[in-house]
Amino acid sequence: MKIMVAVKRVVDYAVKIRVKPDKSGVETQNVKMSMNPFCEIALEEALRIKEAGLAKEVVAVSMGLANCVDTLRTSLAMGADRGIHVEAARELIPLTVAKILKKLVEVENPGLLILGKQAIDDDCNQTGQMIAGLLGWPQGTFASKVVLDKEKQVVTVDREVDGGLETLCLDLPAVITTDLRLNQPRYATLPNIMKAKSKPIKKYTPEELNVEIKSDLEVVQVTEPPKRKAGVILSSVDELIDKLRNEAHVI
Amino acid sequence: MEKLRATSNLRRSLKSLLNRRLSSGSDFTHFNQKRSFQTSFNWIRDYKSVGEVNAVQYRYFSSVSTLVQRNPSFSTLNSDDISYFKGLLGEKNVIQDEDRLETVNTDWMHKYKGSSKLLLQPRSTEEVSQILRYCNSRCLAVVPQAGNTGLVGGSVPVFDEVIVNVGSMNNIISFDKVSGILVCEAGCILENLISFLDNQGFVMPLDLGAKGSCQIGGNVSTNAGGLRLVRYGSLHGNVLGLEAVLANGDVLDMLGTLRKDNTGYDLKHLFIGSEGSLGIVTKVSILTPPKLSSVNLAFLACKDYSSCQKLLVEAKRKLGEILSAIEFLDDQAMVLVLHHLDGVRNPLPTSMHNFYVLIETIGSDDSFDREKLEAFLLSSMEGGLISDGVLAQDINQLSSFWRIREGVPEALMKAGAVYKYDLSLPVEKMYNLVNDMRVRLGNLAKVVGYGHLGDGNLHLNISAPQYDDAILEQIEPYVYEWTYKHRGSISAEHGLGLMKANKIYYSKTPETVQIMASIKTLLDPNGILNPYKVLPHSINP
Repeated sequence: MKIMVAVKRVVDYAVKIRVKPDKSGVETQNVKMSMNPFCEIALEEALRIKEAGLAKEVVAVSMGLANCVDTLRTSLAMGADRGIHVEAARELIPLTVAKILKKLVEVENPGLLILGKQAIDDDCNQTGQMIAGLLGWPQGTFASKVVLDKEKQVVTVDREVDGGLETLCLDLPAVITTDLRLNQPRYATLPNIMKAKSKPIKKYTPEELNVEIKSDLEVVQVTEPPKRKAGVILSSVDELIDKLRNEAHVI
Repeated sequence: MEKLRATSNLRRSLKSLLNRRLSSGSDFTHFNQKRSFQTSFNWIRDYKSVGEVNAVQYRYFSSVSTLVQRNPSFSTLNSDDISYFKGLLGEKNVIQDEDRLETVNTDWMHKYKGSSKLLLQPRSTEEVSQILRYCNSRCLAVVPQAGNTGLVGGSVPVFDEVIVNVGSMNNIISFDKVSGILVCEAGCILENLISFLDNQGFVMPLDLGAKGSCQIGGNVSTNAGGLRLVRYGSLHGNVLGLEAVLANGDVLDMLGTLRKDNTGYDLKHLFIGSEGSLGIVTKVSILTPPKLSSVNLAFLACKDYSSCQKLLVEAKRKLGEILSAIEFLDDQAMVLVLHHLDGVRNPLPTSMHNFYVLIETIGSDDSFDREKLEAFLLSSMEGGLISDGVLAQDINQLSSFWRIREGVPEALMKAGAVYKYDLSLPVEKMYNLVNDMRVRLGNLAKVVGYGHLGDGNLHLNISAPQYDDAILEQIEPYVYEWTYKHRGSISAEHGLGLMKANKIYYSKTPETVQIMASIKTLLDPNGILNPYKVLPHSINP
């Protein structure tokens, strides 16, 4: 069985995000970019399944600008067998990503598709659900535990839902989206970084896959959350009462 | 909801990492109080390897009581003094409250404790000047204090010295975006300066574990080292100018913002690293480098110390312009960190290695830097210098690798009693001391070596279940003598303070110390500034 994993290149989550002065989006120039943490978890899970002898190959897919190849290299250094880069000059909305993934699934025929539950840049949390819908596959989202049964061709997924866990059993092929507690991703070791250099990355364009890139959405503006005002130190209880009464109007 | 939870989890884990990095970075010492006094004032009785001249000096020292005596020429505070200060600074900035005095009388390791009855909080250079002029005329001893994060007892009173804390002088005066020159007051907290500069696209040329509390005036006065030294050099290079108030209240305005200025003696250097014994630094101008976006970190394993050294040489040669830190820890340090710190994971879990080296690069082009670093690491691996290694793929991994190196002092504290030495030594001989100590101590204690490989700065730490005179006798003066023999420094970055004032001769000749004493007498004839510290107690100005 083959596992396909989608990995997204995003602004590193430890970076302090800055909004562009024209409010069209966030600043990505000269900003550290890394693999989306949820995608890292997805990849780790795929690698563990492969290492347990339940899958033969792990294919990492990324979409976007040319430097997505860096993210794919990281995936290969972690242990993915090969990469696919769908080059696109503009930002892709989840539906487009799902359509492209569907085409790739048709080419690659994976038995399992694992994605991060969301990307930390746009926080959409839509792609996994959309691709499952497009493919007509069962989906296990927000997975915190994945157990694959090769013989029965099913996968059992524990989902983190508000207030508890839900356990689902899905027929393969299936779509899984990963939550934070599923696993702890491995580090890229030097020997694996070395090996990754010779692993292939195949390039596609959306046109080659017959997917039209369009967006039904328009980003009107992106703004920063309101800044917290600096506190003041008061010298007496009387002053505090005065402020509460006359400025804050709470007493 | 779920999204919120997940992202806040991510942030939390990052935040806790950062916090831990903040709280654990510096190399704090922790003796119990009694022990510290013994080690600080136990004179070197059998110091055979120094020459005749030093020996005379030391014989002289050994007649000094094992406890330091209050200098009788200092006055004690009276009510007139208090009213003078209140008139000068206002009621609010003259503090006699015991609880607040308790904090400023004690260093943050709770190793040194003074009994000052007065804390003054000036808000301007003029006020500092008035305070000192008055104290000098009354012969009242003074301890200049900033963030009070020192490790050698330099920032707290020994007896009843008046504490002059510059923390209220915390304004940024100017920042020139073209030249990157920052001018600010002494009480600015390092971390505030770092975030101020971050918004401007610049970085402070120094970074250390105590950045959340330490203040720039204290950093300059102690010539603080830290993690970026290998890249940006010491404060002697980065401080372009400063303003200091002398003991008699005179203000020395040397607040230049010029990179080049060869007019006469460069006196500012006297105030960098003299630990407040020559004057109180009130303002500084610092050259800050632009912030570069690409940071990469490798965590590597080496089979022996000689490989670490070769790796250092190669890294300097091949990564030169982007190399920003090269640090090491030995297997003993790694075992302690893994055992005592929560949430730390071994990046190379398949087997234990004898040495671990961290190499960090900072540059302007991520793909270029990464390629360069990867090529260097792969060739070092093929050459057998590295036995294994990992390369951080994101900032979280970067923080967790740093956490291991920076967590060593914290792990040592948790492991029990620890004797700490901060030594500068020739890199090629540095680790021999650790091996020698292991032979000397045998099963008595664990000897741990780590530190700034790139700067030749070894943190030698000896960890034992509890403090024990038998162990101490095996360590001192052996460690100091060993350092002396190899022309090292007994204080690479922590300073001398009270702890090592009398040990200065291990690293400085009598002639040099004599000149220091003359300078001290010239600038502070009554010796009121930070007494009992830095210079040996035999020298009373």
